Amino acid sequence: MTLPSQDIHDIEAPVTEAIVQGRSLWDDARRRLLRNRAAVVSMWVLGILCLIAAFGPMLWVHDSETQSNLIKIAPTFENWHLLGTDFLGRDYLARLMIALRISLLVGLIATFVSLVIGVTWGATAGFLGGRVDNVMMRIVDVLYALPFIFFVILLITVFGQNIFLIFAAIGAIEWLTMARIVRGQTLAIKNREFIEAARAAGVSQVDMIRRHVLPNVIGPVAVYVTLTIPVVILAESFLSFLGLGVNEPLTSLGVLISHGEDELRDRPWMLLIPAATMAVTLLALNFLGDGLRDALDPKER
Amino acid sequence: MLNRIIARIPLAYVFRRLLIAIPTMLAIITVAFFMMRAAPGGPFSADRKLPPETERAIAAKYGLDDPLLVQYGKYLGDVVRGDFGPSFKIKDKDVSELIADGLPISLTIGSLSMLLAVIVGGGLGILAGLRQNSAADYSVMGVSMFGISIPTFVTGPILLLIFALGLHWFSAGGLGFPPRLSPHNLTLPVITLALPQIAIISRLMRASMIETMRMPHIRTARSKGLAERKVIFSHALPSAILPLVSYVGPATARVLTGSVVVEKVFGLPGMGSYFVDGAINRDYTLVMGAIIIYASLIILLNLLADVLYAVLDPKVKYD
Repeated sequence: MTLPSQDIHDIEAPVTEAIVQGRSLWDDARRRLLRNRAAVVSMWVLGILCLIAAFGPMLWVHDSETQSNLIKIAPTFENWHLLGTDFLGRDYLARLMIALRISLLVGLIATFVSLVIGVTWGATAGFLGGRVDNVMMRIVDVLYALPFIFFVILLITVFGQNIFLIFAAIGAIEWLTMARIVRGQTLAIKNREFIEAARAAGVSQVDMIRRHVLPNVIGPVAVYVTLTIPVVILAESFLSFLGLGVNEPLTSLGVLISHGEDELRDRPWMLLIPAATMAVTLLALNFLGDGLRDALDPKER
Repeated sequence: MLNRIIARIPLAYVFRRLLIAIPTMLAIITVAFFMMRAAPGGPFSADRKLPPETERAIAAKYGLDDPLLVQYGKYLGDVVRGDFGPSFKIKDKDVSELIADGLPISLTIGSLSMLLAVIVGGGLGILAGLRQNSAADYSVMGVSMFGISIPTFVTGPILLLIFALGLHWFSAGGLGFPPRLSPHNLTLPVITLALPQIAIISRLMRASMIETMRMPHIRTARSKGLAERKVIFSHALPSAILPLVSYVGPATARVLTGSVVVEKVFGLPGMGSYFVDGAINRDYTLVMGAIIIYASLIILLNLLADVLYAVLDPKVKYD
């Protein structure tokens, strides 16, 4: 379809307007988010947790892998074992920081895997529409009905407890919802004027998805990403709890919780400390995700 | 009334979904079968080296000496006849027997905790949704956030510590002897499994209630001068409940996964324990059997949810 140049100009005018308006929309969202006290506190908590996970192990007086003959001692100021030691006499606080680092990493990487697959799949299906969309979403429907976590368990028992396998496997489960959300968004904006304008200007299909569709689905995707990270961290700790998670000398919050459960009667702190750390992390992520959703979609509250 | 409900069941759709389920199940069985066989180390690779003749005899007994494709074909044929083969690790037991032992336990815990979750979570959600932004709303939402953020393998042991080991109200694990599915043995596992579901359902129900109360038909009902209770129970609830129905599918998957943890924490001999032990011990047939049962359950309950949805929501039409 070709248009006289003047018409293109007419169509472009509202486009620039839309962009300006879009920016102020993001401003609004940011202001709403900063007014949400739970979300702001969560951001601070998450920032501090990330700093601890990244730099804590380097700065702390104890190394996470040095064993000693002080086995499973209670928290004490002596020797700076502030949270005691574990079953190999390693400093428990150092272990906890490594565990937090691994759990957060799993959360981020596996979510990223699901993001890439889900966004590509959903945007393609929604944008191409018709039969392609039908087939692609039918595949998602069928996959939805599968007991995926059981396949992950199988995969890990078969191919060994490789940390990269755990990242990929968990990521591969979580992309389905992402694909559905992105497809829905894509369908909603596909027929808007600026897409029509881009099409009229002869933008290729790939560029159209990359430059015009994706930027407009970022809001809901950001919300869903924030809410996927805790789900992924839970999935990893579930595997670790069953003894199928990361291997020694690495550890994760799930591994610590699993060991802690055996000590519940005599040393309850060995369960409660990693459990509380995990709860704080997940709570912060969930509150932030909720806050983002309220900020981007104010009609909910 | 019943006639009208039956008339709304989209039979052609159900039939087509069941047809799709066949290739789905076939794909699941195929992937699981070949994945298990790709594993290094078989079910009989012990620390002690067996004499080669013994090894051959064992392999022959379980049909492991046939070519892989022949084993696959045989297995498929057996499964169609409802025979999951003998367990490789648990002596003198068929997988079908093990499933018959374990499934009722898992189903009991699962359905009871779903029931509890729907009643408690649904009730809390409706309450919170009707009093949006009130203190009650904030506390329900705050508590439900904890329910989502604290995994069952933390709540389980803590409940066990307090109510079984400390207060001796409930059994400290297992089903006792002789094994019984009694409240004494099941209360804690059911509550543990229900907690995250209560949290999710209350959030779902709250959002749906808020949305429904803003719909035109509610305004109409109110303007007719109906009592607020009547508006809520006979006009708002029927449509607010729909998202809950479509949550049945994902909920099943979550409860099945959760039941693996709960069975381990409370030492219950359900499907979940069989599955995990089977995977770790490479008990091929047991793992395959468990996966087939899990997949069928999820597919069936998803279908049930969709049919229920069609029956309840006059706007939905499956073609």
